Amino acid sequence: MRISRPILSALLVMALAACGSDAETAASSNEIKVGLLHSLSGTMAISEVTVRDAELLAIEEINNAGGVLGKKIVPVVEDGASDWPTFAEKATKLVRQDKVAAVFGGWTSASRKAMLPVFERYKALLWYPVQYEGLESSPYIFYTGATTNQQIIPGLDYLKEQGRNRIFLVGSDYVFPRTANKIIKAYAAANGMEILGEEYTPLGHTEYSTLVNKVMQAEPDAVFNTLNGDSNVAFFKQLKSAGATAESMPVLSVSIAEEEVTGIGVENIAGHPVAWNYYQTTETPANEAFVKAFKAKYGQNKVTSDPMQAGYNAVHLWAEAVKKAGTTEVEAVKKAAPGIALDRPEGKVTIDGDNQHMYKTARIGIIQPDGLIEQVWDSGEPIKPDPYLEGYPWAAGLAGQ
Amino acid sequence: MTAFLNQLPIGLSIGAVLMLIALGLTFTFGQMGVINMAHGEFIMAGAYTAFLLQDMVLALPAAFLVAGVMGLILERSAIRHFYGRPLDTLLLTWGVSLVLQQLARDLFGAPNVQVPAPAWLSGGVGILPYNRLFIMGLAVAGVVAVWLYLTRTGLGRRTQAVVQNRQLAATSGIDTGRVDMLTFFIGSGLAGVAGVALTLIGPVGPALGTYYIVDAFLVVVAGGLGQLRGAVLAALGLGLLNSYAEFWSDASLAKVIVLAAVIAFLQVRPQGLFVLRSRVLT
Repeated sequence: MRISRPILSALLVMALAACGSDAETAASSNEIKVGLLHSLSGTMAISEVTVRDAELLAIEEINNAGGVLGKKIVPVVEDGASDWPTFAEKATKLVRQDKVAAVFGGWTSASRKAMLPVFERYKALLWYPVQYEGLESSPYIFYTGATTNQQIIPGLDYLKEQGRNRIFLVGSDYVFPRTANKIIKAYAAANGMEILGEEYTPLGHTEYSTLVNKVMQAEPDAVFNTLNGDSNVAFFKQLKSAGATAESMPVLSVSIAEEEVTGIGVENIAGHPVAWNYYQTTETPANEAFVKAFKAKYGQNKVTSDPMQAGYNAVHLWAEAVKKAGTTEVEAVKKAAPGIALDRPEGKVTIDGDNQHMYKTARIGIIQPDGLIEQVWDSGEPIKPDPYLEGYPWAAGLAGQ
Repeated sequence: MTAFLNQLPIGLSIGAVLMLIALGLTFTFGQMGVINMAHGEFIMAGAYTAFLLQDMVLALPAAFLVAGVMGLILERSAIRHFYGRPLDTLLLTWGVSLVLQQLARDLFGAPNVQVPAPAWLSGGVGILPYNRLFIMGLAVAGVVAVWLYLTRTGLGRRTQAVVQNRQLAATSGIDTGRVDMLTFFIGSGLAGVAGVALTLIGPVGPALGTYYIVDAFLVVVAGGLGQLRGAVLAALGLGLLNSYAEFWSDASLAKVIVLAAVIAFLQVRPQGLFVLRSRVLT
């Protein structure tokens, strides 16, 4: 089709006008844009969609209370698609093109590692809401999930306390489980625990009969499970059909929270312990309000979990830092953040000034027949984050690896 | 030693899972040469059918119908316009698979759902739980049914005739379009049946199909296109290889070993275990 010159120029003018008005709204409006970057498709969507929901709830709450610095927060939602290069690409888009004040996002360590250089290069802020393997402390990332000394080490303390000293390690084959298991092995060596086996399977792996055979033959007191995503469903189903029980061989998981329990089938996992900092049943006033608000927004049958809560906290903590700084400018927010303490659903959360992680209370829970998790142990008070495990003599040398 | 011996039935049961997911593909890919990347999503449709019905026995025929009809719609509306253009078909069906995954996510939500295993399937004999034996039984039944269909029924013989020489079959009065439809219906339906069985051992979520699709193609390619006995042998062989490779190394390395073995094997026999001899195809 030929386009006549008058039409063409009219189109051009319209296009230019559209650009102009766009730029104008961005500049003059009473809005602060933030990015939400999670996997909304692919293997990780099962977990990450709920974190995005919790972050949207936090944004709504802040906006209903008048916003920050008198401006409304506007979320720009992107899909990381369970694909690590996509995370880096979308992070770049959010920072460079949308010019967001902060990004809340990621789940797997692989996605965080992919995004890290982007945020460091453009000096932008990432708030990462999931427990991870530690040994990292980027000046441009705030870690609102647990680091190892707030989840994995308390989990090991719990197993030791229960007299379960012969452990089998099962994990997905990527950075989090492999680093976590290095730490677990160092802990075991220093605490008289025995590691009977260490097995990894690719993400999305569903055939666990061989691995279950290996575990059953080794007859461990407990299994430490760092599998991620859908693999957990296959693993627990096949472990149960092989005759293993939570009494004879508890499987302590660090990546299974309330919303994964339904998919695994509560009859396959009830009685097994998990290690987190928060459960839907955690008794704090802030949690009562959070659970109520989340169910009101997304449905009464929805559950809340640790990473969701950490994502929800991230938005509130960031908003608090922005208020304190009086600006959304990254360096000022970073400077204002340390020491900010809020009463959150998981209890008191304080931003640590040394490493931008949070002080968090560790909690061990047992999965109940109703699908919720009942706390059986906690650390009493919030634990200072120690991503490089500098306070643990047995961990010397791990950070260099 | 027990662990070592245990791997034998485990290998056979992995082989049965492979056979079940590849059975439908021996029809659509093996017989018709259609590279259907949405095959995994038909498996997923079967699994969600089981979730909706919450009854394994009822779900088997229902899933066959649901997945079969989905396959029929896909074949009639899109694939038939792309016969003889394998690369276009590949892209088309891959796109369809993404659409179906998102559809499942919108309909059922992103988190996995749970299909309760029937009580009569809890327990087991030795290392093999009843649900594994059930899958093995289903795989055997599926293979026998497909074999009977292809060799003992008029429709099946017509299918084979079309595969061997489409033009000659058409001139002999066979409505090749109808045969294509039926073949695609059965192939997709079998994927649905596999989906129901997989709810016993694996996750039921929107991404389910992606976990099995590569293995399914591997079996059909290694077995030889359109060769039922080839697919059976390939499934069992790959199952055993997987079982022992993982036993001696780990799951990641076992995947590499299996893939390398198939590639090496295809270097020696590019057309798989068994080759369909036909003037048209050569």
